[in-house]
Amino acid sequence: MLSPTAAIAANRFGLGARPKDGAAIGSDPRGWLDAQFSATAKTADAPKTEQPASASVLVKFRDLRVARQAAAQFRASVAPTERGTPPKAASDGDKPPPASPGIDEQAIKEFREFVRENYIAQVNERHRRAIESDTPFVERLVHFWSNHFAISADKQLVGPICGLYEQEAIRPHVLGNFRTLLLAAERHPGMNLYLDNTTSMGASSGAAELARRRGRTLGLNENLAREILELHTLGVDGGYTQHDVTEFARVLTGWSIGGQIGQRGLPGGQRARALLGDPGKPGEFLFRPIMHEPGEKTVLGQKYKERGVAEGEQVLAHLALHPATAHHLATKLAQQFVADEPPAALVDRLAAVYVKNDGELTPVYRALIAADESWKEPLAKYKTPQDFVISSYRAMNVQPERPETLIAFLSEMGQRPYTPGSPAGWPDTAAAWDGGDALLKRIEWAGAAGRRVGDRRNALELASAVLPASADERTTASIRNAESGAQAFALLLSAPEFQRR
Amino acid sequence: MVDRRTLLKTSLQLTLLAPFARLATAAADKNSRFVLVILRGALDGLAACAPYADSQYHTLRGPLALGPPGTEGGVLKLDGTFGLHPSLANLHALYQARELTVLHAVATPYRERSHFDAQKVLEAGKLTPAATDGGWLNRALAAMHGAGDTHGAVALNDTVPLVLRGDVAVNTWAPSRLQNADEDLLARVRKLYEAVDPPLASKLNEALDARTIAGDAANGAMGGSQQQVTPLVNAAARFLKSPDGPRIAVVDVGGWDTHANQGGAQGNLATRLKGLDAGIQTLKTELGPVWADTTVLVVTEFGRTVAVNGTRGTDHGTGGVAFLAGGAVKGGRIVSDWPGLAARELYENRDLKPTTDLRRVFKSVLAERFGLAESALERAVFPDSTSAAPLEHLTT
Repeated sequence: MLSPTAAIAANRFGLGARPKDGAAIGSDPRGWLDAQFSATAKTADAPKTEQPASASVLVKFRDLRVARQAAAQFRASVAPTERGTPPKAASDGDKPPPASPGIDEQAIKEFREFVRENYIAQVNERHRRAIESDTPFVERLVHFWSNHFAISADKQLVGPICGLYEQEAIRPHVLGNFRTLLLAAERHPGMNLYLDNTTSMGASSGAAELARRRGRTLGLNENLAREILELHTLGVDGGYTQHDVTEFARVLTGWSIGGQIGQRGLPGGQRARALLGDPGKPGEFLFRPIMHEPGEKTVLGQKYKERGVAEGEQVLAHLALHPATAHHLATKLAQQFVADEPPAALVDRLAAVYVKNDGELTPVYRALIAADESWKEPLAKYKTPQDFVISSYRAMNVQPERPETLIAFLSEMGQRPYTPGSPAGWPDTAAAWDGGDALLKRIEWAGAAGRRVGDRRNALELASAVLPASADERTTASIRNAESGAQAFALLLSAPEFQRR
Repeated sequence: MVDRRTLLKTSLQLTLLAPFARLATAAADKNSRFVLVILRGALDGLAACAPYADSQYHTLRGPLALGPPGTEGGVLKLDGTFGLHPSLANLHALYQARELTVLHAVATPYRERSHFDAQKVLEAGKLTPAATDGGWLNRALAAMHGAGDTHGAVALNDTVPLVLRGDVAVNTWAPSRLQNADEDLLARVRKLYEAVDPPLASKLNEALDARTIAGDAANGAMGGSQQQVTPLVNAAARFLKSPDGPRIAVVDVGGWDTHANQGGAQGNLATRLKGLDAGIQTLKTELGPVWADTTVLVVTEFGRTVAVNGTRGTDHGTGGVAFLAGGAVKGGRIVSDWPGLAARELYENRDLKPTTDLRRVFKSVLAERFGLAESALERAVFPDSTSAAPLEHLTT
């Protein structure tokens, strides 16, 4: 069985033990965790998996959506009364193309399948990596930061790139400096679309002036600025005001996306096109001066001179090193890896390490590994549905037969991948996940898993490989006394020592 | 044009304080049912119930403004000032049948603009978001139990939302498409939990009880984040009709954060409102005769900016709207100390000014429908709420 500290390393810092992990962890759980940093750095240049870039997916997505809208309009114009409801209005400001009879059901179907296929492929990629990872602590950190900078696939534009966002903006930076991670996340089209910044315009910007002459008003959308301050950096008690939110939103005007997808809401026509400037690379970050609010801005008492895109970069750099940010991030890390109510002394120490190292993240993780608090109180955390499912696959040492099944299970347990439904991301405390109905669904999942592998694996042997040695003897007894291999397996995955970490 | 003074005369009658003791008559024998619907993400109160006759409304709302009653896509008239969004036809019918009261310009004591903190204040029933150790509805349940009414509560969700967390155990239920675990496995897991992990055992037992009651309603499939009202209220109705079942249900649905392309009479918000409207109607139909004993309260964490933003949506605001529906409601009224939308009346120059504390509505329902005494409400359920006296006579 896993020693108590090995179990904490595998379960609380990692994603659950595979049968072979006990040997790798050995007698030095702290060393096993630390070695994952250098192992990750070594494989950083290894061949990437065959995933498209989010930019190309976004461009294709937009094209398909335009075609679908045209098709829907055509369909509605043919039989408006039979359908009952009018077509969904063009929701992104694209001029709806004229209806043409050539494209109909096919375009609608193609669009739907494109969204679905991309979502499934990306969810599958995320879980495949997590299930087979030899560096599960780093994988947890990818999930943690992806959730810290949450986007949600239930917003249509975000759906087909949610996993690519994680690959491109989060994964490369989780062992680096927070400032780099912050900048990468806020610049990424996924975040930009999710928090509406592609359509936020300075009231005195060129675009707004042009629109005004045509009788249309364009202006700010403060969504991204507010959530950066509240969720990504300072935290809700970090000392900012509504004025700071508004000013920061002005700073961020112009942070957009290249190509057509970033021109939603901009005035159209020849004259406007002439003023648009650099069209950028379609689907990639682009600063659009025509949207930017000119002039000096003040955020958190600091003045920022008009410098275009550099203003936003300066504010983010400032926010990254703010003491409130250090405290906010330290609290979240300690809550994720140690306890729902993390010890204040630990939080303070982590924050101090963050500040001392100018926002470098690996020293903070090392402090977390070194902390005595991390190794006390076994089973203090309750697994999220996602980590319960991933750890089940790791224990079984198999990949999901079909990604759709995994998605359906996680949806039932209330954690459909990449859909936290809000920029705050998923909660990670027991109170958010330990409802009775969700527990019952975990047992149903365990029952199904048992039926799949139960007759091919010895659950009792597996229990000794993945459960902590401190597991209650009645837990092992219940597995031993099961009426079938499938049931034994279901009991292992349902065990309290498998639900908690 | 309707000014604030006129409105005060026509709509305000209810905000006058009355001797509180009269409220807490023998309400416990009313067989009261209560459904709390939480709309997460901040419903735009000025779209759900538009002050169409306010001169500032069309100016500030621009492309989002709804037309006057009788026009195409116009509001459904409530009175000379207010009208419901055209998607809320069933609610409008309830209003005409005196089974719906609209509460406008309401807010919790929270005055910042974070969804998450605002929801904490809404649900915990305390003054600051830091207090998250339990919810006001669970504390109210504890007080009811103390007074001998031992009926329970159910959350139509996988897990218990903050408003229902606390010392009293409550049920959870959400639609499932998983194959049920076999009885023998469940019995063994239950035995194991009872031996090794009693907290898990009690959660499992509650869930098994809940599933027995919900029965076939379990087949209403739904997606990951809860965004559909109807399957949830269908199940809620089954619980509330069950003779020994819970008398209180909490339904929470997301998807109301309309920063961009909110739409007017049609569009994103209109679709969501239509779902809410259908959900309330379903609840009434499914509850049958029990509807007469039922109060449904629809709330959200805060309102949205009065003016349209730069992306044809609205940003986080302050004052908002709440709906009180049900056979037990003294409806057909708008309860509001309406501040109007004139620039000088806006909160921080941008939001509808909140003039009624939502806790006054919560307290009223708990007192009038469940007989909770003033002392219990003040001391245990809503600490620091002396200034928020219950509104009187919201329900029968």
